[in-house]
Amino acid sequence: MSLHSQSGGRASAKAPRTAARVSVPDKGLTPARIGALVVLAGLLAAPFLLYPVFLMKVLCFALFACAFNLLIGFGGLLSFGHAAFFGSAAYVTAHAVKVWGLPPELGILLGTAASAFLGLVFGGIAIRRQGIYFAMITLALSQMVFFLALQLPFTHGEDGIQGVPRGVLFGMFDLNNPMEMYYTVLAVFLIGFAIIWRAVHSPFGQVLKAIRENEPRAVSLGYRTDRYKLVAFVLSATLAGLAGGTKAIVFQLASLTDVTWQMSGEVVLMTLLGGMGTLSGPVIGAALVVTLENYLAATSLPVPVVIGCIFVVCVLVFRRGIAGEIQARLGKKH
Amino acid sequence: MMGTIFGIPPQALFGQLLLGLINGSFYALLSLGLAVIFGMLNVINFAHGALYMMGAFVSWLLLTKLGIGYWWALLLAPLIVGLFGVVLEKTLLSRLYKLDHLYGLLLTFGLALIVEGAFRHQYGVSGQPYPIPDALKGGQNLGFMFLPNYRGWVVVASLVVCLSTWIAIEKTKLGAYLRAATENPVLVQAFGINVPRMVTLTYAFGVALAGLAGVLAAPIYQVSPLMGSNLIIVVFAVVVIGGMGSILGAVLTGYGLGLLEGLTKVFYPEASNIVVFVIMAVVLMIKPAGLFGRER
Repeated sequence: MSLHSQSGGRASAKAPRTAARVSVPDKGLTPARIGALVVLAGLLAAPFLLYPVFLMKVLCFALFACAFNLLIGFGGLLSFGHAAFFGSAAYVTAHAVKVWGLPPELGILLGTAASAFLGLVFGGIAIRRQGIYFAMITLALSQMVFFLALQLPFTHGEDGIQGVPRGVLFGMFDLNNPMEMYYTVLAVFLIGFAIIWRAVHSPFGQVLKAIRENEPRAVSLGYRTDRYKLVAFVLSATLAGLAGGTKAIVFQLASLTDVTWQMSGEVVLMTLLGGMGTLSGPVIGAALVVTLENYLAATSLPVPVVIGCIFVVCVLVFRRGIAGEIQARLGKKH
Repeated sequence: MMGTIFGIPPQALFGQLLLGLINGSFYALLSLGLAVIFGMLNVINFAHGALYMMGAFVSWLLLTKLGIGYWWALLLAPLIVGLFGVVLEKTLLSRLYKLDHLYGLLLTFGLALIVEGAFRHQYGVSGQPYPIPDALKGGQNLGFMFLPNYRGWVVVASLVVCLSTWIAIEKTKLGAYLRAATENPVLVQAFGINVPRMVTLTYAFGVALAGLAGVLAAPIYQVSPLMGSNLIIVVFAVVVIGGMGSILGAVLTGYGLGLLEGLTKVFYPEASNIVVFVIMAVVLMIKPAGLFGRER
């Protein structure tokens, strides 16, 4: 049986609902909307203040983490193999752009489509089990992708696909210009985020949450829960692929690092740290983890140990994550 | 000689089958530990691979720093890893039992990163050689193949450990308590049995098995901080294929998949890395609960 159905009410304490916001009627500028506008303005101005490559990395991983969060935070499904989608989209995009000479938009589209297909196959297999088994199955399947990436000729083994040309987007925007590249990535991120926001705040998202809270009850209400889970899985894989394909264009590289289980673990950490089941959490988590890794790279501290410690601390005392903790504090005041 | 079997020279075939059986021995020992821990704690121990690596490293450190040889390491390394397991369970894991089981997986994943990262930081990624003990050097000519003594010993030792664990759980009084506590811990506690201590000892025993596998592996594979990290994912697949409901199932699946992997190395080497995962996918399509599992 589903783990979340066993934990019943606790699941909602662990992952605070954002659903409460849905029914708030339009009243012009709510604090949430002002906040969103401030963040958007910040994102638009950011490349003038910070190093654009760093920001693009954050945005790619933020989208990746948001896609992952759609499954765990709103569907209660822990995928431990999301690097498979992120990485294979990166490979397909890089190959399409570098070898076939496709423009970047088509390359990213092709990579995303490849991830969507992979998500359909993996999702179809993985949703046959729940909870811990689901995590182990996704992990094992993604390890298979890792070995394929190691052995297939077009992925170039340990070297990966290097020197991917950024190209010209829609024949208009030269992506070799860091600013044009940045705003392209920002646009991709916002589109992905909007899709997730829409999905979560739709009847589909509500059913997904119902499945997370109590799957047998959702079944008894007549929902074909397997279909919902599969759609959520494919959507999540597709968006993870969108992030991976974009990353391949930004860094002009698709490598084995992108398909390792460590990468899958990293996206779990970003989401956990930021706050599972919140929309903004994964973005915060991604920004923090990428910043931390940049910082650690300059020191002699062993990165996996630090990441592991954050994992342990998050699981033991900080399960709501940053955004979840903030929401809970604000919620108490009302 | 016999010529060839399906176009393969018999030495190569049996050689790969032996290698498969060795790998299978480690799959069996590790999935046995995972199954025992999961049965009692409902935790999938992601740190299992890291603790297997720790077992190998402890025996290597015992030899190089203290001059303590293989046979003592066979006893001491599992004990040390088991004690480490007691500490982990008492201080960290025990806080999570009331939560969703996924948190146990996430916590042990973090622990695996810490343990592996620490050894990697200290000893680098290159493997350290561990000599085969004198008593097990050399080998036997079986007529159809050459069997190195140490490899034969690994197969026998893992079989003995797996079988005695199975007997201990299925046939002894302690095993009966264990099985009862797996089914209904509250009731067993009401009978005056210290269930929390039993949980701790179960975890310690499970990780000690991983440590033991590490000692057995040390002379065969190089002792390296990364030796456990890819292995554990294959073992997860093994566990999914076998289903964690039965101890014997976990063990049999371990050996069977090791052999199958060996056969794949002979007939289609390119697929040998992924064959276990493909089998897992096929099994999930046909029998989602696993070969020996039951839906829980």
